[in-house]
Amino acid sequence: MNFAPETSIDIASAVNRATAPSAEPKLKVEKLNFFYGDNHALKNINFDIPEKRVTAMIGPSGCGKSTLLRIFNRMYQLYPGQRAEGKILLDGADLLGKQLDSTVVRSRIGMVFQKPTPFPMSIYDNIAFGVKLHESLSKSQMDERVEWCLRKAAIWEETKDRLHTSALGMSGGQQQRLCIARTIAVRPEVILLDEPTSALDPISTSKIEDLIDELKQEFTIVIVTHNMQQAARCADITSFFYLGELIEAGPSAEIFTNPREARTRDYITGRFG
Amino acid sequence: MASLARRRATDYTVKLISTGFAALSLVFLAWILWTLLARGLPALGPHVFTKITAPPGAGGGLLNAIVGSLIQIGVALAIGTPVGLLCGTFLAENGRGTSVGNAVRFVNDVLLSAPSILIGLFVYQLLVVPFGGFSGWAGAMALAIIVIPVVVRTTEDMLNLVPIGLREAAFALGAPQWKVVTFVTWRAARAGIVTGILLAVARAAGETAPLLFTSLGNNGWSISLNAPMASLPIAIYQYAASPFEDWVALAWAGALIITVGVLTLNILSRLVLAKMK
Amino acid sequence: MDATISGAQATGLVTAHKPTGRISDPVFVGLLWGCGIFVLILLGLIIAMLFEGGLPALREFGISFLWSTTWNPVTERFGAGVMVFGTLFSAVIAVIVALPLSFGIAFFLTEIAPGPLRRPIGVAIQLLAAVPSIIYGMWGFFIIVPLMAAYVQPPLIDWLSPIPVIGALFQGPPLGAGMLTAGLIMAIMILPFITAMFVEVLESVPPMIKESAYGVGATTYEVYRNVSVPYGRTAMVGAVMLGLGRALGETMAVTFVIGNATRMSASLFAPGATIASTIANEFPEASTGSLKLQALLQLGFILFVISFIVLALSRLLVRTKG
Repeated sequence: MNFAPETSIDIASAVNRATAPSAEPKLKVEKLNFFYGDNHALKNINFDIPEKRVTAMIGPSGCGKSTLLRIFNRMYQLYPGQRAEGKILLDGADLLGKQLDSTVVRSRIGMVFQKPTPFPMSIYDNIAFGVKLHESLSKSQMDERVEWCLRKAAIWEETKDRLHTSALGMSGGQQQRLCIARTIAVRPEVILLDEPTSALDPISTSKIEDLIDELKQEFTIVIVTHNMQQAARCADITSFFYLGELIEAGPSAEIFTNPREARTRDYITGRFG
Repeated sequence: MASLARRRATDYTVKLISTGFAALSLVFLAWILWTLLARGLPALGPHVFTKITAPPGAGGGLLNAIVGSLIQIGVALAIGTPVGLLCGTFLAENGRGTSVGNAVRFVNDVLLSAPSILIGLFVYQLLVVPFGGFSGWAGAMALAIIVIPVVVRTTEDMLNLVPIGLREAAFALGAPQWKVVTFVTWRAARAGIVTGILLAVARAAGETAPLLFTSLGNNGWSISLNAPMASLPIAIYQYAASPFEDWVALAWAGALIITVGVLTLNILSRLVLAKMK
Repeated sequence: MDATISGAQATGLVTAHKPTGRISDPVFVGLLWGCGIFVLILLGLIIAMLFEGGLPALREFGISFLWSTTWNPVTERFGAGVMVFGTLFSAVIAVIVALPLSFGIAFFLTEIAPGPLRRPIGVAIQLLAAVPSIIYGMWGFFIIVPLMAAYVQPPLIDWLSPIPVIGALFQGPPLGAGMLTAGLIMAIMILPFITAMFVEVLESVPPMIKESAYGVGATTYEVYRNVSVPYGRTAMVGAVMLGLGRALGETMAVTFVIGNATRMSASLFAPGATIASTIANEFPEASTGSLKLQALLQLGFILFVISFIVLALSRLLVRTKG
């Protein structure tokens, strides 16, 4: 199989992207407020998420971290009564505004959920489903894409001989990596991970964490986690949310060793939450 | 305060009576099935399936009635399944929590149990009177109105079993709703939806009252949907009440065929449902 | 083969971007809403067409059509009284018979039956609901009616008809066909519906509540009667209403066994007529546009209103259980 690049420009931009993350944030949250009906769930959030870094969001249940994650790819719009005010700039364009179609936003910002969500179809079709939404590929191109993303998600060796069997027969950890592969296959710029390991055993969890480390070479990653060790291990930036507010954000090492805010310290030392 | 012995005795008696009641209902089922077998089996022969209805003593069968039933059920499914499927999907996906959704769910539940003879009267007024006569179309339409609420109800119930996460995962890939529904949600609920359609067929197959004033029945061979059309339940109704022995025998044969078909469909769909849960 | 192919190389595979969903989605969503609203319109149409079709009869006979007991096709005088009475009477008999049976069977299925037997017996009872109505009609006509006439009614008439007041229920010749027979057969038909909903309600009773009752020494029956049933009372009343609603509109089974007499009688053994059986029986003799047809359509409208009220009530009660 030939994976040679078709144009030199692509290689160049890829090298650029890989070596020099731009100073501009990939996602810039400005004065964001969010409401579930009358419930004010996020209060005036301002937050920069840098490109090709892992940004973790931590905080006790109900603090708004998952809510924010679900705003990034407009998932909240599926539910009437949920409303966002403010701006979220994706490379400078407001993704909450009218100029971006939600299907386009979701193809640029992928999401992996807490529980594995394999579709009731074969492993191959699980991946092809998302790709076909946005691109017309030939059979051989699709085969390449499937292999590429399964390799990226470190699951190719386990699945290459059973691509056309149902995805529902895989183990939980494999299903979750398939879901990551499915998300990568669309070639998003940002990947959102919503507590991706909370339903998995320790071995599967460490595989996913290794994977996150690999993926940040190419993708901007935002992860919500309840597991503070996970945030400390994986994330370059950690942010702490409490009661709908962003308390503080900064390099993970700093947040976990020397937080500025008392509430952050109380949380990471296990005094509440 | 009753003594312990008396309370025990009451408990025992009620348990005994309840078990008796359950046994009694099984006896009724067995009795009905036995009656059908005892009277239907001797009357069953190749002629039932190869000959059309004929005057008493002429050795007719039920071929035209069976074919007529199949045609009308087929057309009813072709009309009722898409409408029911989409309406059930509406209730599970778009109408949840909205006042229109609640109204539709309410009305559908009423239609599910509404007297089927009134569906017949309605279609008589709607199609038979204005278009100048009884027809297979009218019969099929009446059966479609029987089919729709059954499909709506099972489709909604089955789609509600599909985890929200699966839908969100499909949306998160940037899929439009029609793709999420057709490729993911329907697929995940496929077995259950098919079950609903099987149950709808079973329901429509045994319905007599809605056909009385719509497709009417036809003693000749006709597969035109524009003319009155024979059907198994109507033929049974006509023959069972007749004074001719061979007609009554044919009615029992027809009754056996319908009941075996309907019960088989029911048991099949229950097996599928049990597997899903 | 190289396992670390960059995203950029995959980018090279891009061909056309498909703007899916922009046009098709409003169409699909519109279709879903359309089908939902279609069901609402359907009900509206049914009510409107039955009412409109029967309106001339209502104009001719006035509001007294509702209770007039005359039904004379020869003189063209029609009233709904006998059929409304017959519909309610036979349906009430059905519910009165089915109710204790359903209570017992639900008790059996939820508390007594050994685990492995529960499902098969439950399914077998549900099959009673799947047997087509016309089969009940034939079974009733050929098996039950002769039995009633030969073995059930004569002794009952002998013993009970001389008693004052109650005796009125047992007057008349032992014909077999009649109100009681229709009610009994409908009881078997509605029993699975009521039982299924009873079982569903009883299974939703939190085990903790039942266990605390067992904890103070209650017997199985006492827990059933004093804890489980009161807990689900509202929904269970709804279940009974559903059974009643089904019985009110039952056609084929009743037509075979009720005797089809348009006379009013308080006797359980007297032949009678329900709205549904009258429509089924007399429709073939009513020509298009005739007063009789309009009277039948008006009867249909009345039946629809009665069933609608009962079924709506049933549903409200069942859905408020949580």
